Amino acid sequence: MADGLVQARGLYKRFGAIEAVRGIDVDVARGEVFGFLGPNGAGKSSAMRMIACVSPRTGGELQVLGMDPGRDGPRIRARIGVVPQLDNLDAELSVRQNLEIYGRYFGLPRAHVREKARELLAFAQLTERADDPVEPLSGGMKRRLTIARSLVNDPELLLLDEPTTGLDPQARHLLWERLYRLKREGVTQIITTHYMDEAEQLCDRLVVMDHGVIVAEGSPAELIERHATREVLELRFAPEARPEPEVLAPLVERVESLPDRLLLYTADGERAQAEVARAGHRPLSALVRRSSLEDVFLSLTGRTLVD
Amino acid sequence: MSTSVARAPGFALGVLMVGEHFLTWYRRNWRSTVVSSVLQPLLFLLAFGVGFGALLQGRAGTAETTGGVSYLVWLAPALLAVSAAQSAAFESTYPVLSGFKWQRMYHAMVAGPITPAQVALGHLGWVCLKNLATGAVFVGVIALAGGVASAGVIVALLAAVLTCAAVCALVTTYAATVKNEGTAFSALFRFVILPMTLFSGTFFPVDRLPGWVQPLTWISPLWHGTELARAAALDRWVPLAALGHTAYLLLLVAIGVFGATRLFTRRLAP
Repeated sequence: MADGLVQARGLYKRFGAIEAVRGIDVDVARGEVFGFLGPNGAGKSSAMRMIACVSPRTGGELQVLGMDPGRDGPRIRARIGVVPQLDNLDAELSVRQNLEIYGRYFGLPRAHVREKARELLAFAQLTERADDPVEPLSGGMKRRLTIARSLVNDPELLLLDEPTTGLDPQARHLLWERLYRLKREGVTQIITTHYMDEAEQLCDRLVVMDHGVIVAEGSPAELIERHATREVLELRFAPEARPEPEVLAPLVERVESLPDRLLLYTADGERAQAEVARAGHRPLSALVRRSSLEDVFLSLTGRTLVD
Repeated sequence: MSTSVARAPGFALGVLMVGEHFLTWYRRNWRSTVVSSVLQPLLFLLAFGVGFGALLQGRAGTAETTGGVSYLVWLAPALLAVSAAQSAAFESTYPVLSGFKWQRMYHAMVAGPITPAQVALGHLGWVCLKNLATGAVFVGVIALAGGVASAGVIVALLAAVLTCAAVCALVTTYAATVKNEGTAFSALFRFVILPMTLFSGTFFPVDRLPGWVQPLTWISPLWHGTELARAAALDRWVPLAALGHTAYLLLLVAIGVFGATRLFTRRLAP
């Protein structure tokens, strides 16, 4: 494991009576983008905070950058970047000052920090707002600034906790593009998210978490192949015309019943749709799509990621 | 990819960097705090030192109480201490809660190589430094108003900063336990800070209070700070008493620093 940036064995965290993380094994290699996918409360953020050395573990083994967070917290934190779930910029300082002041925490000289801030302002597309206060910036701009700030120390490992929660689609895509650029530059990233599209877009490899444990691990494509079929037929019915899932089950590989629709897992969605019609069922709408990580999660836990 | 040149600063340097952050903030936003830190003591000086002082001028008992100096001269060092205590309390309530909860700046600091203890001490150091600066301005104003008796006022200023440190450390510890604004801070100001301001020997000696109240004033850091500041400014040292006041204030600082660092750690790195 010489090149492993993060190595966890049986990592465990308890807050009082609540077991947030119940023994997980994680290995993150240099250069990869690794994801924790799971619903709110699955233990992703707790795991992330332990890796970020701001939450002592209750049990298990953990190494980050080859060091022990319990002993070398500040030394590890000096070499990682953190994008928190909630923005914690200094809203009363300017955009540029937020970057420069933060750089100083890493023992960086003023001249270095000034140059770095200039570079990061361009990266975050905030050069024109450099001397404005942070307060009136849009949510997407604040997020970009937070990401820029997390890069001020040229981190070897970047931790992003729900990086795009609360952003509009356009801001999300811009952010994803920036993260993708970092990946191409070789920055190792760990991302927690409850958005399956985000995980699919960004992650080379991910673990699916539920109730504090890892329920599956692999690349997005592997997970879909292993836990879902190639295609999904989504059927919506009028309540009185809705057939029982068991009735449709023989037509496809698996049927999931959600409150508003039935999901039919099959290699060939079009054919399944034709067979459903031939069997005399009349859905209000039918949609064939590729399987996603959402389907993986549904198959693993029987629940959807975002309720 | 280049290896990071960043490192974890040593303990003192980290504290200093937290202070630098606050200083940067202050250089941008000092106008908003000037009312509480400079204007308010000036109003006190004007109302009590000049206005109320004129009323006392030549009255029997006044000279006996002040030891022969004018009421303004007698009051001035105590006002240094009281404004130090008040701004320490103010700076350690809402701004601290904001660091934890609203702006969450403290969380950003400890996500980097700064430790919760460095955040707490950086806050304490900054509040004291700022108090030293505004206190120096205030000393200048007092001198212009004719309220300075000797160069001992410089030592009085240091006594005021020590008072500031004690109040700041204790109130910061309290603020670190506050989860929601609620009434926590208004209760603190109403039931602790205000009585402390009124009954710490600032405007009249505490021995004029009923006997049973006097022991209460002894626990007040402001009373100890006021006694020290007044002794320094009027050059009326009683060595053993001065030692006791200093020791008590240092003890409060130590308790506050211990409490604040522990609670900051618990809250920022649970």
